[in-house]
Amino acid sequence: MTFKKAFAAAMVVATASVGASFAQAGDKLRIATEGAWAPFNFIDASGKPRGFDVDIANALCEKMQAECTIVTQDWDGLIPGLKVKKFDAIVASMSITEDRLKQVDFTDPYYTGGLRYVAAKGSKFDTSRAALKGKVIGAQRATVAGQYLEDNLDGVVDIKLYDNNDAVYLDLKAGRLDGALSDELPTYEWLKSDTAKGFEYKGPAFAKDDKIGIAVRKGDELRQRMNKALQEILADGTYDVINAQYFPFSIY
Amino acid sequence: MDYSVIAQYFPKLLEGVGTTVELVLVSGLIGTLLAIPLGIARHEKNIWIRALPYAYIFFFRGTPLLVQIFLVYYGMAQFEAVRESALWPYLREPYWCAIIAFSLNTAAYSAEILRGALDSIPKGEVEAAQVLGMRKPLIYRRIKLPRAFAVMLPAYGNEIILMLKGSALASTITLLDLTGMARTIIARTYTPIEIFLSAGVIYLLLSVVIIWVFRIVEKRLNPQQSVKIA
Repeated sequence: MTFKKAFAAAMVVATASVGASFAQAGDKLRIATEGAWAPFNFIDASGKPRGFDVDIANALCEKMQAECTIVTQDWDGLIPGLKVKKFDAIVASMSITEDRLKQVDFTDPYYTGGLRYVAAKGSKFDTSRAALKGKVIGAQRATVAGQYLEDNLDGVVDIKLYDNNDAVYLDLKAGRLDGALSDELPTYEWLKSDTAKGFEYKGPAFAKDDKIGIAVRKGDELRQRMNKALQEILADGTYDVINAQYFPFSIY
Repeated sequence: MDYSVIAQYFPKLLEGVGTTVELVLVSGLIGTLLAIPLGIARHEKNIWIRALPYAYIFFFRGTPLLVQIFLVYYGMAQFEAVRESALWPYLREPYWCAIIAFSLNTAAYSAEILRGALDSIPKGEVEAAQVLGMRKPLIYRRIKLPRAFAVMLPAYGNEIILMLKGSALASTITLLDLTGMARTIIARTYTPIEIFLSAGVIYLLLSVVIIWVFRIVEKRLNPQQSVKIA
């Protein structure tokens, strides 16, 4: 082996290893979540974001061998924040919708949800369009539930839009709302809590094709890497372990 | 920049302007009516008259407006007694909760402004009135209040502008004021720059109108600007 050849070989190895370490140790990602959507994402007593979304994000980061920081951001600032690179991905139980796809790319869905009404136990609350007429219904602004009301029941019901779902529940308890429309799964968690005594689901879940994905910037190759990592955690059982911590049934 | 979004949603934004203007006008009026007795009480020497308004102003100047709105809207609704009271039909509405919070807030600031103006009236003028045999109520009506109103106008105009901007917080309790409307539009279009910029321009225009109105009133009340009270 001539010196020249040896040098070239060494260069190749060096470049390859530098490239590899760049993809691993140097790979820092900022992942945003909302922090007001228990049990998917919420702020625990010590002020840290926790929940299903956060666990999934951390599991994906581990598979991608990326160093991730989870940050919280108010819901309606998530997509604008992603676009101006305040963070690299949104793992915040965000539904994949036509409108959002114009702004961002989504990974494959990591769970599926539906919408369902909630109202006081024993209250007359029929979910047919005719019966809803004149009722005051609350939902969170910029969510599938909020937009469902605006698109389908505008002028039929009195729609109240809130900054987060906790505020919807507060006003439901205060009696300002006749009912609330929200995603079925987070409501399941709320209904289990003490504060939700006296409330129940009304009518069946609908719009059950609500695919929840991770939002990344348009054209970002992070999408492929996250999809691959998602396949890995689904295959090796990590996903099921996380799922079981929050729901006794599969939400995938 | 996507100008078509602005054109498309401009009528919606104008709907929000109506709510914003209404909030500022109604709570400005109630706040001023509350501020007059409060300001006079703060100006009085008797500690028993001064104490309660002082505590009130201390609280409303010392806590954020957002906290006050939440206390009125979410806080009061927690109590069964409030929910069953005769006032609930009003307290149930976010509109009235916002009016209550804004009125109480601006009353506190305006009362302080009025007190400052009352304190600044030269003693000699009041003594002259006393010598003429005027009693306290008459001195307030004829001398002190008219003089104080003229003095406090610039500061009061400032307060109204601050309230215009503070009214944006009404959007946090489901009201569709200018800011609430803007946020709801952005939730659909994801064009924060275009819509917030438009909303900002509208707020600026509203401020200009307020400044302009106060300038006219000031000219009327203080015809000789040169005789400013130090």
